[in-house]
Amino acid sequence: MSLLSEIFAYFNYWVVVILIMLGMYVVMANPNLVKKVIGLNIFQTAVFIFYISMGEIEGGTAPILDDAFTRYANPLPHVLILTAIVVGVATTALALALAVRIYRAYESVEEDEIDAEDARAEVQE
Amino acid sequence: MIAQSLQVGAHLPALQVVVPLLAAPVCALIQRPRVAWATALAVSVLALLMSSALLERTLVAGPISYALGGWAAPWGIEYRVDTVNAFVLLIVSLISTLVLPFARDSVEQEVRADRIGLFYTAWMLCLTGLLGIAITGDAFNVFVFLEISSLSSYVLISLGSERRALVAAFRYLVMGTVGATFILIGVGLLYTMTGTLNMMDLAERIGAVEDTRAVKVAFVFLTVGIAIKMALFPLHAWLPNAYTYAPSAVTAFLAGSATKVAVYVWLRFFFTVFGADYAIESMSMMLLMLPLALSGIVIASLVAVFQNDAKRLLAYSSVAQIGYMALGIGLFSTTGLTAAIVHLFNHAIIKTVLFMALGCILLRTGSVRIASLAGIGRRMPWTMAAFVFGAMSLVGVPLTVGFISKWYLLLAALEFGWWPVAALVVATSLLAAVYCGRVVEAAYFRDPQPGSIQAHAREAPLTMLVPVWILIAANIYLGIDTDLTVDVARRAAVILIGAVP
Repeated sequence: MSLLSEIFAYFNYWVVVILIMLGMYVVMANPNLVKKVIGLNIFQTAVFIFYISMGEIEGGTAPILDDAFTRYANPLPHVLILTAIVVGVATTALALALAVRIYRAYESVEEDEIDAEDARAEVQE
Repeated sequence: MIAQSLQVGAHLPALQVVVPLLAAPVCALIQRPRVAWATALAVSVLALLMSSALLERTLVAGPISYALGGWAAPWGIEYRVDTVNAFVLLIVSLISTLVLPFARDSVEQEVRADRIGLFYTAWMLCLTGLLGIAITGDAFNVFVFLEISSLSSYVLISLGSERRALVAAFRYLVMGTVGATFILIGVGLLYTMTGTLNMMDLAERIGAVEDTRAVKVAFVFLTVGIAIKMALFPLHAWLPNAYTYAPSAVTAFLAGSATKVAVYVWLRFFFTVFGADYAIESMSMMLLMLPLALSGIVIASLVAVFQNDAKRLLAYSSVAQIGYMALGIGLFSTTGLTAAIVHLFNHAIIKTVLFMALGCILLRTGSVRIASLAGIGRRMPWTMAAFVFGAMSLVGVPLTVGFISKWYLLLAALEFGWWPVAALVVATSLLAAVYCGRVVEAAYFRDPQPGSIQAHAREAPLTMLVPVWILIAANIYLGIDTDLTVDVARRAAVILIGAVP
């Protein structure tokens, strides 16, 4: 029982850890470049959740100035993570653009096929 | 008039970053290759002037603190310039300014004409990012500028003429993003524990919570994240391909600046934020860094010996040289740090000139495979002579800057009485002689195939040779007169290490 409550006390952080692991695994293990980008996105999103969770305060409201409320969530991590989300979108866009260019040049987005193609070209030289 | 100039002077730290940032969209709008290039060069020269002014001011008057937008630290973002990062700013803007004149012809040949305007846009963004990382005193701001410089360098690398440049850029993107996100996690953990992002503020508050697991984990994430960006062995996998297939000018620029800035970020977090004692005692960094640095030096040098492409050979050599810097840092002594910071500067001017010489050959012959370099020394005597001088500096022949770096590194190792480490530094310098020797041997002592492009190559144009020889002159001058580099490096080391002698 105490283990369960322990887990639920840090529920967000457990989700973050699991998502980071999943994302990293996809990035490392999947040979498909587009799926690598998806893995990268899962990984980054986990970090976004981490930042948003740490701004949370128990019983706090949204950080809007009002006399009725005195406890509110810390807005700074949320602002920070907006920046990181923009960076993440830019990274994804660039990665997908590169994947399109790679597909035009190699007619494949599978890492093993690209490597085989490169090795073939190397031998021909 | 005086009041006006004072005002500009007071805003120098912001202008250092804002001017290249504004130049980026200007280059994108201009589109015409030569005009975009001229704009980039002018801005780069301006950045160099500003960073020299900043360095001079920090040497005379101590650290400068600049509140961005008038918001005082620790609430606003503080730009804090001391001797350490003023020196890094100088390295970055100097390398950019010297590579840009060279880039004009090189880029016109290697990059499609309609992309050149955007090429210089990416260059300006990369310069902005690198200068921003060096100048900022805010931990989250480091991440933002890191991503600005990284995203633009992925673009620059992907513009290489071979299709393999695309794959190299993609792999760098994946590793670079993982590294940057690790840094983001580290900064986030530090924020949860201390409630601040300002580095000076962090340094003050971290002492109270430094034994918590969160701070230790933050330290680990930051160490690994930055190690990826600086290509520390064994996290260097992205570097050889990225350097080999990027356009020559980009390779020369990134080799001299990007990894150096990452080393600086490491210094900043280890010494200013966490403090050397914490890194050594709580995190046993010496135990981790010395084996990594030494194995990186040995393995990367050995791999370099067996490369068939001169650019890739130099790329592996860069991984080894990063190892020397990590070795200097890993000793956690003033002499070791001095060696690391001196080598930061020296390796920037050595490796940039070597990659530029290869860029000249690539312009004239279209290949830098060692087999196709046969006899090139007779057709392009000035270019190859520059390469030979650069190679001597890389090996560490006396009267070159490479010697100065190695000398301080040896002194630092011997302070601890670590003879094997010193011997290893000397032995790997000999390995550098072997791999550079392979290029030199092919260029001077083999005959070109009759009728090949190499047999009829002309010398590179003056616009490319002049910056190359300016760097060679710097390599020799600063190898004899070490006041500028070693003095600044030692002062920087003393600032970083604080009260420790």
